[in-house]
Amino acid sequence: MKLKTKLLLSAVAVSSVLSSSAVLAQANEQFIGLPSYRVGPYASGGSGIYGGWIDYMNLVNARDGGVNGVKLSWEECETEYNTARGVECYERLKSKGASGNSAFMPLSTGITYAVIDKVAQDKIPLVTIGYGRTDASDGRVFPWVFPLLTNYWSQSTAKIKFIGQREGGMDKLKGKKIVNIYHDSAYGKETIPLLDVQAAKYGFTVVHIPVSHPGNEQQSQWLRVRQEKPDWVILRGWGVMNPTAIKAAAKIGFPRDKMVGVWWSGAEEDTVPAGAAAKGFITAGFNVAGTNYPVIKAIQDKVYKPGNGNMEDKARIGSVYYNRGVVHGIIAVEAIRTAQEKFGKGKVMTGEQMRWGFEHLDIDAKRLKALGAEGFMPDMKVTCLDHEGSGKVKFQQWDGKQWKVLTDWIDADKSIVRPMIEESAAKYAKEKGITPRDCSKEG
Amino acid sequence: MQFFFEVLIGGLLSGVMYSFVALGFVLIYKASGVFNFAQGAMVFFAALTFVGILETGVPFWLALILAFGAMVILGIATERIVLRPMVNQPPIALFMATIGLTFLIEGLAQAMWGSSVRGLDLGIQDEPIAWIMDATDIGVSKFDLFAAGVAAVLVTALALFFQYTRVGRALRAVADDHQAALSIGIPLQTIWRIVWAVAGFVALVAGLIWGARNGVQFALTFTALKALPVLILGGFTSVPGAIVGGLIIGSTEKLAEVYLGAHVGGGIDAWFPYILALGFLLVRPEGLFGEKHIDRV
Amino acid sequence: MLYREAGQFKSSYTSDQQIFPIRQDRIGIMLLLLVAFVLVPGMADEYWLKGILIPFLVFSLAALGLNILTGYAGQLSLGSAAFMAVGAFASYNFMLRIDGMPLLVAFALGGVMAALVGIVFGLPSLRIKGFYLAVATLAAQFFIIWLLTKVSWFSNDSTSGVISAQEMEIFGYVFDSPESKYLLVLSIVTVMALMAKNMVRGAVGRAWMAVRDMDVAAEVIGIRIMHTKLLAFAVSSFYCGVAGALYAYAYIGTVEPEGFNLDLSFKILFMIIIGGVGSISGAFLGSAFIVLLPIFLDVLVQDVFAGLLPPSIASNLQLMVFGGLIIFFLIVEPHGLARLWQITKEKLRLWPFPH
Repeated sequence: MKLKTKLLLSAVAVSSVLSSSAVLAQANEQFIGLPSYRVGPYASGGSGIYGGWIDYMNLVNARDGGVNGVKLSWEECETEYNTARGVECYERLKSKGASGNSAFMPLSTGITYAVIDKVAQDKIPLVTIGYGRTDASDGRVFPWVFPLLTNYWSQSTAKIKFIGQREGGMDKLKGKKIVNIYHDSAYGKETIPLLDVQAAKYGFTVVHIPVSHPGNEQQSQWLRVRQEKPDWVILRGWGVMNPTAIKAAAKIGFPRDKMVGVWWSGAEEDTVPAGAAAKGFITAGFNVAGTNYPVIKAIQDKVYKPGNGNMEDKARIGSVYYNRGVVHGIIAVEAIRTAQEKFGKGKVMTGEQMRWGFEHLDIDAKRLKALGAEGFMPDMKVTCLDHEGSGKVKFQQWDGKQWKVLTDWIDADKSIVRPMIEESAAKYAKEKGITPRDCSKEG
Repeated sequence: MQFFFEVLIGGLLSGVMYSFVALGFVLIYKASGVFNFAQGAMVFFAALTFVGILETGVPFWLALILAFGAMVILGIATERIVLRPMVNQPPIALFMATIGLTFLIEGLAQAMWGSSVRGLDLGIQDEPIAWIMDATDIGVSKFDLFAAGVAAVLVTALALFFQYTRVGRALRAVADDHQAALSIGIPLQTIWRIVWAVAGFVALVAGLIWGARNGVQFALTFTALKALPVLILGGFTSVPGAIVGGLIIGSTEKLAEVYLGAHVGGGIDAWFPYILALGFLLVRPEGLFGEKHIDRV
Repeated sequence: MLYREAGQFKSSYTSDQQIFPIRQDRIGIMLLLLVAFVLVPGMADEYWLKGILIPFLVFSLAALGLNILTGYAGQLSLGSAAFMAVGAFASYNFMLRIDGMPLLVAFALGGVMAALVGIVFGLPSLRIKGFYLAVATLAAQFFIIWLLTKVSWFSNDSTSGVISAQEMEIFGYVFDSPESKYLLVLSIVTVMALMAKNMVRGAVGRAWMAVRDMDVAAEVIGIRIMHTKLLAFAVSSFYCGVAGALYAYAYIGTVEPEGFNLDLSFKILFMIIIGGVGSISGAFLGSAFIVLLPIFLDVLVQDVFAGLLPPSIASNLQLMVFGGLIIFFLIVEPHGLARLWQITKEKLRLWPFPH
């Protein structure tokens, strides 16, 4: 009796699901499921990223007729950045299209963790660009997970390198003090061991100050910063915590050009609300802002002119999150292309073939130029061992109106990061009873 | 010692910020006995509407009036669509209805004005006042002082409104006893509409102050979270309670985070206000300004 | 006509006191269980099992736990998610640190740990009442999540503070297919729901309801207030704890403390209010409403309106319709969906000759 209403609801939903999958199952289309979030607390970021991503796929379809003739198709599924909803979306999108979902990119660390055990069974590559599980960079333990471009640990070493550059050499870091203001969650805590290791190596002191979620009030934390009198502040924030931190820094008179943020602290969404206080604020990024790149120009030309653009607010084209979405699109499409070169051009790739594509992704400087994304994102080469593929970031500075690129690509210190990744991955493998792959035997 | 005072002052002033949101809860709870879960969403809706109107090129004062108008309409619509059909229902059902209202308002706000994050500049810098800084080395933000001033004006205005106007007296009568108020001819529905409109106005003020500080974005709905311990400490029905509660929560939370937090890994301001309110309630279960409740079988 | 108990005579106390005294109810429940245990695993595909039915059952169990506390014993709680977190992390640590720990015992111990924590945070209920009591459970909510994030021992010193649930194995059988996971969750939920149903109609449940309706009066007629309230906290937290363990082991797999945030607590509270406060079936109906409706709306919007509306409007429309439906159902029936079902039963009893 208690389930009667449920069954009724289910019946309606079933028929709806069935009818939809029938329409979508078209033969020569590569399906990509988009677990987007356009409502909820992080909708501003989600609408930018998924907008840029969809626009890029539209561009590939309109300009090139797809990838070697295989058109891209996609469907969105609203997650509201909620883990349970994300799992439902993963399951819903999993078997759509001609060959199932090509890759799952949830843009949420919580959802990433929730599906990490499932992707190997379902044979869907889990691609997390700039977030997710850091130790998954070890492809031997995590064959199906690709934390591409860069992870939080690599980024942390690049940041210290950048600070060293600014100080005039890594040896000048000795005796300096760095405060790490972090979001008190799994995401925020992740770089603490890295910073401690580097502090010991370079001889600076690091003070970790947590900010509890959501972080819309940070007075006490910044009074502590004032007391500590640091030379630099690293901001590892998310959402409303970022503008609040920037404002609070202005309030205690801490110079914003001594504040370095992670890439989830470095979008227009983080600086615009902080107003004038944000001027000078620096952030790391694996993609840059701006429309002055051929790929963005092509999108404006081929997608927006005919009126097929996804963004309602066209002023946001070229923003950090939008461009990040374009990067997602580029990587997904290039993986399809790589896979097709091995398994047959003009064919629809399966999940397993896509995994091969991601694992052999090689976007060098030449390819970047051909894509019209030179300087837009770093070059990358993924291998069986290294599922990160790059580790380079650029630093950008907010000039009060827009982001200005401050440096060239700064590489991560792999000598620190890699051993820690391998150690952590090995621990996971032991806990889970996974035997790591032997990469010398992979083709 | 100087640092202690800096933390204390900063805490008191940020407590005022919490009080803004708590005030909206108190107004509605007082007059209709509803715990309005949608207050945070109303703050968001008000600020977003204001900024959205401002973006169309309308002058500041007109945008303010229009946004207030939108809040009045929202209040009247809420009374008509949600509250009137649910008169005499258990409080928990009304509470749930305001949760439905929350989703409705959040969706409506973002459907109307889009989901992008906006800045809001009220023209007052959130920076320490120079001469105090020079004299005592204590940073007191201009913006915080401004917010405290607004709070003082708002509370005084509300107090006068409740105390000396006809509508205010009717409001207090309704708050005391719905049935009795109805029987002496006070139009309950009109009163509710007014209360929701006033709460909408308070939400607008809170939205502007919080929006100017952290940006106008979805996270404004989280401000309601900060108001919860304030409400519990100050009592659900007391306007002064909301202010005093805010001051206590704001200052102790900061002091605890600075002096205690450093020893236990920090981030304790997430739970400290609740533990504090809990400890307080164990001594005085009816809250700071709540009335003593006598149980009769 | 069909639903009528006329002619069903109770000739012994046992038959009068069974859980479902009406024959049609018994048949209905048997049919339902038959469908759930036999038909569903055979018919439903992986998406339905993993994406919808398992979370539905897990959240139902949590809502059941909260309904015992809030619906039957009248103590408002906003900390259900924290008790779920205790269950999940405790089960994980029992499995991790004790060799050969049987899975079900670990779940139960996770529940027991949650119950103990629940008792501690239930202590203030002896003095604080109503909405004010929410502060105690909110304190639990924030303090427990903070503690789980801070003390890395709980997550076996993983750098990010997440735990990854071990494989589920009972007597050598590994539960890894969606069907087996579903059946495991369903069995646990069924047993616990029947236990709850039995509990609330027994002496314990009556004591809870007496306390809920008026605690002073209850005390006067000799009900031990402290014992009764704390028992409600313990039982409720036990249910939430087991739900949390199932959430980690059978549903998500890898969980972080943040996953059990205040939003989840509120969600569980919404479930029991929409479903029906103080009703076992209400927990299931409410869970169905809160879990399934947004998904259903999303499927509808993505499929039917995909090209017609700009994406952000489409997503926000879902939110608005969801909110509107909550209000609509409350106006139609403020006592929740379970009450709606009861009214239907009353009508069925007279049907087709209502006069």
